[in-house]
Amino acid sequence: MSKRFGGVPALIDVSLTIELGKVHALIGENGAGKSTLGKIISGVIGPDEGDMTFAGRPLVLRSPREALAQGIIAIAQDPSIVPGLTVAENVYLGSEVATAGFVRRREARRRFRELANRVGFDLSPDVRAGSLSTAERQKVEIMRALSRNASIVVMDEPSAALSSNESAALHEIIRSLSRRGSAVVLISHFLPEVLSLSDTITTLRDGRLVRTVEAAGATEESLIEGMLGRSLSSAFPEKVPVDSNVPVLLEVEHVSAPGVSDCSFVLRQGEILGISGLVGAGRSELARAIFRDAKVSAGTVRLDGTELAGRHPHRSIYRGLVLIPESRKDMGLMMGRSVKENISLSRLDLVSRLGWIAGIRERRAVTQLMTKTNVRAASMAMPAMMLSGGNQQKLLFARSMMCSPSVLIADEPTRGVDVGSKRAIYDLLVQMAREGMGIILISSELDEVLGLAHRTLVMRHGRFTAELTGEAMNEQAVLAAAFTDTGVT
Amino acid sequence: MTNQIPEPTDTLEDLEDAPWRLRTGTLSLLGSWRTAGIAIPFLILFVVLSITSGPFLHTTNLINILDQQASTLCIAAAGTLVLVAGGIDLSVGATYGLATVVAGEIAAHHSPVLAIVGAIAVGLLVGLVNGLIVTVFKINALITTLAMSFVVGGIALRVSSGNLIVLSASSGFYRFANAQWLTVPSAVWMTLVFVVVLGLLLSRTTFGRYMVASGGNAEAARLAGVRVNRIRVITFVLSGGAAGLGGVIDISRLLSAQAASGGTTLAFTVLAGIVVGGTSIAGGEGSVWRTGIGVLFIALIGNGFNLLAVNPLYQQIVLGIILLIAVGLDSWARQRRR
Repeated sequence: MSKRFGGVPALIDVSLTIELGKVHALIGENGAGKSTLGKIISGVIGPDEGDMTFAGRPLVLRSPREALAQGIIAIAQDPSIVPGLTVAENVYLGSEVATAGFVRRREARRRFRELANRVGFDLSPDVRAGSLSTAERQKVEIMRALSRNASIVVMDEPSAALSSNESAALHEIIRSLSRRGSAVVLISHFLPEVLSLSDTITTLRDGRLVRTVEAAGATEESLIEGMLGRSLSSAFPEKVPVDSNVPVLLEVEHVSAPGVSDCSFVLRQGEILGISGLVGAGRSELARAIFRDAKVSAGTVRLDGTELAGRHPHRSIYRGLVLIPESRKDMGLMMGRSVKENISLSRLDLVSRLGWIAGIRERRAVTQLMTKTNVRAASMAMPAMMLSGGNQQKLLFARSMMCSPSVLIADEPTRGVDVGSKRAIYDLLVQMAREGMGIILISSELDEVLGLAHRTLVMRHGRFTAELTGEAMNEQAVLAAAFTDTGVT
Repeated sequence: MTNQIPEPTDTLEDLEDAPWRLRTGTLSLLGSWRTAGIAIPFLILFVVLSITSGPFLHTTNLINILDQQASTLCIAAAGTLVLVAGGIDLSVGATYGLATVVAGEIAAHHSPVLAIVGAIAVGLLVGLVNGLIVTVFKINALITTLAMSFVVGGIALRVSSGNLIVLSASSGFYRFANAQWLTVPSAVWMTLVFVVVLGLLLSRTTFGRYMVASGGNAEAARLAGVRVNRIRVITFVLSGGAAGLGGVIDISRLLSAQAASGGTTLAFTVLAGIVVGGTSIAGGEGSVWRTGIGVLFIALIGNGFNLLAVNPLYQQIVLGIILLIAVGLDSWARQRRR
């Protein structure tokens, strides 16, 4: 099978066999073609060449609906739900429990409860789906898939937005699906997850199939080697120690905002401050409160000794505080616009005179930033949506660098990003800190925070429950503080 | 099952060097529809009309078309900016009507300059109100401007007391749109300048980039430091001002004003021109010069039907179909890119 996007081959001559009752993992860097292959299997897009057979019969899928009819269901990377409908209505969307067109609400609710119990999700059927967090939306999608007895379930990064106990529940669901005889195609970046769940692992690189192996004989190292074509020396760059008498860049004092109560901390020059906690603990809300994008009900934020006031992200940016938001698709990029426009947007004033954009200056600045952040794009005129997730994230780093900020808040900078780009982003963060920037790193991946941060603050229910440094900054301490109200200090 | 690692090839490297535009395939075809877009059907129609109709290619006829379309072109050029920034302005017809009666009332008693300035100021004011309602009260732009078109239409009736205002051709006001330079009336020159200025504003300035960003992804634009609300208000103000200018141009050309002139017909003609020009109704992309071609394309159809003496009934049907094709191509392009 082959698939091309606008002349860029996304998948070249890939063949694989998926067996019922097994978990088949697809791994590879972002842009390797995993998601594309998943989309072809689930009928979202068609292959340009090649064909599929299902139970001996040729399979032609022209739409997700046709795939559904065949028992093939996809759970997308970005949950697609109807915000105006309730959770239960979303789960049964397209297969409503109905008689003569009238929805049987009670019956639907009963079935919903049954399903929720079976999978162990704690979701109310009558809540409007639009009010749910990303993780909860993902649960809705998973339940939607499970409510139809699928023979093949394609899951694209299902646990990316889930907290660790939620992922554990998800893993149990995946196992039970395969026990019941369904095939699960698991697309994931989490190698431990892949190794513990899968029976078969297929590695893709640059749209080509590298190898398909039995999970039993594979190790994390062997998988990484296959994905990168080289072995990864170490996961994190070396930490550069911070002197305790360097100037303070950012002071946050008793800040309260929606989802955040009474948070205080300081950030020094060259320091990487990790903020850890469960999904929904208020980390992103705190970030947006500091960035002055949310209403701050109490407390002060001082940048370089001067207070930031009002609700003006653009002022924060001009003062030297930049945010890389948690969702690059919804809050970060203009997907349809070019790489160039996306990078230069925040500081167009640097490449313009009296509002008139100087084309050459802009292109020169963008080229420099693309080299610095190692964005891999065919050209700077390419729309952002044609880039892989890792490269899209690097665009946001390039945009931030153009602002030459003194403080950078990076919210989930490596979500949905492949191993290779992850390392590149870590290097970027460490290098920016070395140049004197203060960095606040918000991440759900614990080892990322522990591996990069000089100091970690743990949040729970909108408050800091622990501040950890040095030896005390370890997995147990962070988890203890994230899960209990008292915390360990 | 393929188990061996395939031979490394250098196709990927080759592709990375190739300029994006040279790629073949559906996407670049659609891309060229977006950039050349309406220009191709416009040229074809132009050539066809030149061959089939004798009087079409006469300078008088062509200048006439431009003169008649002057106000529509101005309003559509500004309307493009509103659409690109993620809004829509349905109140331009009513604003145009108000501007003509305001200009007419003032010109009947005071200096023509005051009439011109007054009418444009009224347009700017309506635009400002539109923009503030949409951004501050966060009311959907479609509903806001639809409601405003009733309000403004009512005010226009009140100003003119429902009468037809007629001006004398000897007044200085007449010269505003009819003074000729190189046998082309000033209305056409003003329109040309206005459209070029707005076109450059959209494609070459930081303000243009901000409009595109605001319409493409408002949340992302805001977090990147774009003052989305301010940008949107300015687009509405420009649109209102353009409706005012269009009103003044037309009353000067025709020397009569009526509250009901313009109205929904004008608002929809403007929107049709913009959309036929390939500007996306979803916001985030569009171009002013293509809007210009779109408006003229629709005008050519009308002119052609007249010259070839075809029943004007078919003109509307053809226009409707063309509109559907334009919008269909836009949404098809969006889906293909996913």
